[in-house]
Amino acid sequence: MYSKDGTDYFILDAHIALWDARPENLRNVHGKQFIDCFYDYHRNLSPESEQWSYDQYLYYSDRLMKDLFEDGYVDHAIFQPAILGEFYKNGFGQTEEAFALAQAHPDKLTYNHAFDPRFEAKGLEQLRRDAERMDLKGVKLYTAEWQGDSRGYKLTDPWSRRYLEACLELGIKNIHVHKGPTIRPLDRDAFDVADIDAVASDYTDLNFVVEHCGLPRLEDFCWIATQEPNVYAGLAVAMPFIHTRPRYFAQIIGELMYWMGDTRIFFSSDYAIWTPKWLVERFVDFQVPEDMTDYAQLTTDTKKRILGLNAAALYDIPVPEHLQVAPEPAAVPEPAVSVAEPRAEGKAEMAGMA
Amino acid sequence: MTALEERTRLEQGAWDALGTVMDPELDEAITSLGFVRGLREQVDDDGARSLLVHLRLPTSFCSPNFAYLMCSDSKDALAALPGVGRVQVELDDHHDSDLINRGLAADAGYKGTFGDEAESDLEELRLTFRRKAHTAAAERALTQLLRARSELGEHDVHAVRLRDLLTGDARDALVRRRAALGLRVDDEAPVAVDDHGTPVAPSVVGMWLRRARSTRISIDGNAHFCRGLLATRYPGAERDQAPRDEGTAPVPVQLLTRRPA
Repeated sequence: MYSKDGTDYFILDAHIALWDARPENLRNVHGKQFIDCFYDYHRNLSPESEQWSYDQYLYYSDRLMKDLFEDGYVDHAIFQPAILGEFYKNGFGQTEEAFALAQAHPDKLTYNHAFDPRFEAKGLEQLRRDAERMDLKGVKLYTAEWQGDSRGYKLTDPWSRRYLEACLELGIKNIHVHKGPTIRPLDRDAFDVADIDAVASDYTDLNFVVEHCGLPRLEDFCWIATQEPNVYAGLAVAMPFIHTRPRYFAQIIGELMYWMGDTRIFFSSDYAIWTPKWLVERFVDFQVPEDMTDYAQLTTDTKKRILGLNAAALYDIPVPEHLQVAPEPAAVPEPAVSVAEPRAEGKAEMAGMA
Repeated sequence: MTALEERTRLEQGAWDALGTVMDPELDEAITSLGFVRGLREQVDDDGARSLLVHLRLPTSFCSPNFAYLMCSDSKDALAALPGVGRVQVELDDHHDSDLINRGLAADAGYKGTFGDEAESDLEELRLTFRRKAHTAAAERALTQLLRARSELGEHDVHAVRLRDLLTGDARDALVRRRAALGLRVDDEAPVAVDDHGTPVAPSVVGMWLRRARSTRISIDGNAHFCRGLLATRYPGAERDQAPRDEGTAPVPVQLLTRRPA
C-alpha cells in the first residue's frame, strides 16, 4: 500500500520477473545480447539513483521481496515469465524458483506461466499438467520467441488457437501478450497487433492483456481496444517515461484514457527492468501538464484503478474495502467508442477511416 | 565518424546520399538518428574509390526486416553516386549482423539474405509505414493550422486544402509524404484523406484526426525511445543526432470540446 496526502492506494504490480542471465546460464551470444538490451532499457530510463550494477542485474533473487514489498509499496505482484530457451540453458525466467516464491507467499505473489504453441500436442499436455500443479489464472506469451528455425508465431496460428481453447477449458482466463521483433515471414510488421484483435473477438471469455500497451504500435493497440472489451493495456515499459519524458508519458496515458477509459489499464513496473518504488511515487504525483489541454486530468480514482484495482478485479485478488473507489460513474472517463456497441456495427462505422 | 570539415568530396556526397535513407518505422533519416557509425573513402589496389559504411542500431534486437531495409537502401543510395567504385555497407552489433552483412556483400537481396523467413519482398512493409508517416504528417500540419486559427475546430478539417496550410516544414513534409504515396499534391487537394487519397467524410473527420494523432504520438515516441537507447548503447552517439521536435506542443482547447458520437 502507498499513502500520500491522506489517500491510500492498493498497489498491484502486474508484470514482474525473476530471471537468471548470469554467464553460466547463457546458451549463446543471443542470451548476452538480450540481457544487454534489457540493461540498456534499465540504464536509459531509470533515474540515476535507481540504477543497478550490471552484475546485480544479471540475477537478483536475494532482493526481489524487499524491492517489491518492503521498499516498493506493492501489495501483490504477478510473475510474467519469458522462457527464451534458445538463449538460456535453464531458461531466462526462473520457473521453479518463481513458482516456489508464489507458493510461499500466495497473498503477495501470483505465478503466471508461459507456453509455446509450437510444441504442439506435447506442449499442450504439458500445459494441462502445469495448469493443475500451478493453479494457473494466466499465461504470458512472447510471440517473438525463437525455437529451432522458427523466430516467432501468431496468436491466430492453428496451434495457438488450440492452446487458447485449452486455456478456456482450464480456467486460464488471462492471456498476457508481448509482441517482439521477429515473426515469420519477415515481410510484415512483427509488432502488428491484428492477431490479438482476431482472437479477442473469437474468445470473448478470455482477457487479453497487451503488454507495454502495444508499444511501439500504440495507435493500433488503441484502435483494437476501443472495439474489444476484453483487451487490456499493461503499462510495462511505458511507466518509466514518467521520469525521462513526462510529456510523452502524458500522451501515452492520455491516448489510452481517451480510447479505452481508465478501467482496463494496469500498472506494471516490469521489475527488474525497473523497480516499483519510484514508479509508484512518481505516478501518484503525476499530472497531465496543464498546457496539454487535449487530455483529461488524472483523478485520484483513476490513479487508484490503474495502480491496482483494475488488475485485482481481473485476478480476483481481494482488496480491503477502504482502498476501493466509490462507484462514481460520472467520474469515469468514457472511452471514445463505447464497448457496449455491437462490435460489427462499431467497425462498420469506422470503415474507410484507416 | 569523420568530422564534417575533414570529409572528402566523395564522403560528403555519400553522407548526403545516406540522408535520403529513412528509418521507415521512425520516419526519419538514418543520418539524423545517429545510425551512421562510420563512413570512409578508400582507394582500392586498382585505384577505384570505394566506400565503407558502418551502421548501428539502438539494440541488438531491433527488427531484422527494418535493419535490412536501411542497410540495403544505404547500399543502393551509395552505389548510385557518380565516380564510386565498390560499396561496402556493414551492420554492427545486431543479432542478425552476420546474416545481413553476408547478404549485403553478396548482393543477395532480401530473399537471398533471409531464405525461408522471406516470403516475397518488403514493399508491403514499406508501404504500411509510408502510410503511417503520411497520416502523422497530416496530423502535424492540421494541428499546427488549428493552433494558428482559433476559429477552426477539429470537425472543420475536412474542408482544409493544401493551400490552406501554413507554409513551412510541416506542410513540406506532408507534401513529400503524399508524393511518396502517389497522392495529389496540388493546392486544391484536401488534406484529410485516407491512405488512398479518399477524402474523409465530415461526420467522422474529428475521429480521424484523433486517430491520426495517436499514430503521430506512436511514431514520435518510438523515435525518442530509440534515440535514447542508441546514446545509452553508444555513449556520445547523441552528438550525431539532429534535434527532433518533442511533438508535444500544446493544442487548443477546442480540440477537446467534442467527443466523437
